[in-house]
Amino acid sequence: MINMIEDIFSKNPEFCKDSYTIYICGVGGQGIIKTSTIIGNGAINEEKNVVMSEVHGMSQRGGIVSTELKIGNYKSSLIEEFSSDMIIGFEPIEVVRNLNKANKDTKIIINTQPIIPSNISSQKNSYPDINEVIAILRENYNYVYPIDGSQLAKESGNILTLNMVLLGAATADETFPISKDNIIIAMQNNLKANFYDINAEAIEKGYEKVKSLQ
Amino acid sequence: MPLEDLLINKPKKKLFLLGNEAAVRGAIEAGVSIAATYPGTPSSEIGDVLHYLAKDANIYFEFSVNEKVAMEVAATAAVSGLRSFTFMKHVGLNVASDSFMTTAYNGVNGGMVILTADDPSMFSSQNEQDNRHYGRLAKIPILEPSNPQEIKDMMVYGFELSEKFKTPVIIRTSTRISHMRGIVELNEIKASNNINENIHWKKGFFKKNPKQWVPVPGNAAEMHKNLALKFENIKKINTKLNKIYSAPKATKNKNSKFKLGIVSSGSSFNYAYDTINKYDLGIDILKLGFTYPFPEKEVLNFIKDLDGVFIVEEVDPIVEKEILSIIGKNQLKISVFGKLNNVFPMIYEFNPDILLNSFKKFYKIAKKENEKVNGGKNNINDIYDEFSKEEININEYNQNTKLENTQLNNLIESLPNRHPTLCPGCPHRTSYFAVKKSIEELEISEDNVIFASDIGCYTLGISPPYQTADYLLSMGSSIGNGGGFSKATNQTVMSFIGDSTFFHSGISPLINCIHNKNKFVLTILDNRTTAMTGGQSNPGLNVDGMGDPAPEISIEKIAISLGIKFVKTINPLNLKKTIETYKEAIKYDGISVIIAKSPCILIKGLKKRKPMEIDYNKCNKCLECLKFLACPAISMKNDEIIIDSLSCKGCTTCRQMCKEKAIKIKR
Ligand code: SF4
Ligand code: SF4
Repeated sequence: MINMIEDIFSKNPEFCKDSYTIYICGVGGQGIIKTSTIIGNGAINEEKNVVMSEVHGMSQRGGIVSTELKIGNYKSSLIEEFSSDMIIGFEPIEVVRNLNKANKDTKIIINTQPIIPSNISSQKNSYPDINEVIAILRENYNYVYPIDGSQLAKESGNILTLNMVLLGAATADETFPISKDNIIIAMQNNLKANFYDINAEAIEKGYEKVKSLQ
Repeated sequence: MPLEDLLINKPKKKLFLLGNEAAVRGAIEAGVSIAATYPGTPSSEIGDVLHYLAKDANIYFEFSVNEKVAMEVAATAAVSGLRSFTFMKHVGLNVASDSFMTTAYNGVNGGMVILTADDPSMFSSQNEQDNRHYGRLAKIPILEPSNPQEIKDMMVYGFELSEKFKTPVIIRTSTRISHMRGIVELNEIKASNNINENIHWKKGFFKKNPKQWVPVPGNAAEMHKNLALKFENIKKINTKLNKIYSAPKATKNKNSKFKLGIVSSGSSFNYAYDTINKYDLGIDILKLGFTYPFPEKEVLNFIKDLDGVFIVEEVDPIVEKEILSIIGKNQLKISVFGKLNNVFPMIYEFNPDILLNSFKKFYKIAKKENEKVNGGKNNINDIYDEFSKEEININEYNQNTKLENTQLNNLIESLPNRHPTLCPGCPHRTSYFAVKKSIEELEISEDNVIFASDIGCYTLGISPPYQTADYLLSMGSSIGNGGGFSKATNQTVMSFIGDSTFFHSGISPLINCIHNKNKFVLTILDNRTTAMTGGQSNPGLNVDGMGDPAPEISIEKIAISLGIKFVKTINPLNLKKTIETYKEAIKYDGISVIIAKSPCILIKGLKKRKPMEIDYNKCNKCLECLKFLACPAISMKNDEIIIDSLSCKGCTTCRQMCKEKAIKIKR
């Protein structure tokens, strides 16, 4: 006897146990791939299985960059629609563009500092108002953490630590499967030693910011 | 992770590697002596890593002038008894194909692995051709990895297979595998030997044997026979690369009374595995790793007791047709669900959602069919017929799902798009600006100018405001196309090609155009690197693939030596001079060559130039800089033009083009 379609396509809890998926998006040059690799290494430090998808090539010339991380039993590195556990958005409208990866309970960490597309003057659409964007997100999603990552990065001594601020912000959410300590170890293994202090400071700043928003 | 970690000889150690990094580790474990490539996404990082590590890994590595030469370098290394490795993007194999086809006839002594990286959905390519066809065309075995660990392991296996059967072996990846990062457990690195103090890689010895190595017609007939025999032997081998992933007994067939199975490979396997397991669909999967010669016996064993089999494969229905032929040959009664009957999309890359949809569609029809018969007997053929009734609807594919919420959908639709653009300070921008200016000053209508473009960053000239890419076929095509347009039309023809692309396949077409008396303006945008793929060296530079000093080949001298009378090397960043030169070139009767020489701003170690700023006392807000130059560093904020001093690279183009002299060096 064939079951109902809904019955057939119910998730297998055993397979989905301990899984966690993170969608990271922004613009070329923001350090997105490095950040994602650090999260992956952090997962390995905790003996978790992890696969990740990266976008290279054409999209790096000021275009959109995204990575997808899947921790758990998965073999494929692409996240299903509406099923990211977390989105880390390096650029506000890129988060909006990728909302088909989010559901109501997705943790959305969003840098509020826009990067305006360079050909904006020849486009029909204008860049939206950030406060309105955040308000709409808040209305529709339960866990939105807007942070001025670029400002916090400057405060930690270098605008280029934006990616570490956002990484720190991610670790502050209690659903995030990797401890801050393991993230810091992975950061040390992946970045140049002379920037270690600034980066650690940036991770701390992002962490504190999200804690204060919760 | 420092790239040096790829050299450590610690079996069982786990690294988090990109597919392309794993390919390099595989080459190192296998003891490769010679590697050659022409950079192309999605395989570029293999070359970047080898460029960095080759010497420490005892490998000779070169960026060859094009893929065909890379193939030839690897082939000769292999016939000299060395292990050799060549890798390229899918369309790169088109360029290499002439020599590639014959490598199968000639065979090898040392192992030879050819990695080809396909690009389904065309993230950075002009097409999504399926290179599994190439194995069939040449009778060369194909291995298909599904993740970085398998890439590494199949590299090693590929070399063993290659040496055993004296044939080159293809490893076929796709963007999602080459650019997947995953955990890779290392194996031992074979100790390399015979390394002389002066030369860091092992040398081989070529034993003459024209009957084997020179396919003149008399020999070739014999060689083809040997190849066919070889091929029959390869078919017989047992391999662990094809593997059944059985569904747990408890879930098997719980959803349907039919016995179902899946055959898949490469990245498609990952989606199939996740979908079946996540939803506990209870279907066995046969994963093919050794996909050509097609493992008929194993596949027959897997499918023979099934009622229906799903074929999950990206791009072309190749496995599907193989399986249909097995079914036909063995007169089996099995329904095949694949691309040919609309179960899975015919084009583009797959993802978990696409598979989920396909399986939902299947079970929906299965349920409907079941109800129809009202508990009576029903047949999988009915489901098959139901699917086959539908016409293949290509328009359905790859449409972004809308969200249920209209507020969010409206917001998404109102967003400005963000296409890749030329970097701030990119010399190509200035060249394009000058080209447009000179056309305007000569009062030629834009419709009367054809821009034949080529492959590189400068193809980004396709977007407004430049719109300097009207026609494109392949690497080097701008020159042949330029010649063709100049014969086919009376329009003004301007071709653009980069330095690396010119060396790759621009020289012979240029010879053709001179000989055939074409008339067009050829710009060689010499930005001193292979920029689009990440900045690799090319013959125009004084450094080779291993970072050693090398003779620099002058594009100007090539053009002059071919007898071209109008050859001018200019610095495009000198705007006035550039515009003047273009005006002259356009008026010239014959082929005019302009070498626009200025380095890509991403090249490391370039001298920093001071950024610009706006003098608001002078700016009259004509917005010409914003509209016609469109440098990403220039934008509009609160009704004023601003220049972002962090992203401005100080190329001074905006300063030169501003009629009001309102742009100055920032103090
Ligand atoms: S000088 Fe002008 S055109 Fe050049 S990078 Fe700076 S803002 Fe852009
Ligand atoms: S071109 Fe000169 S005058 Fe015109 S908007 Fe730009 S800066 Fe102002």
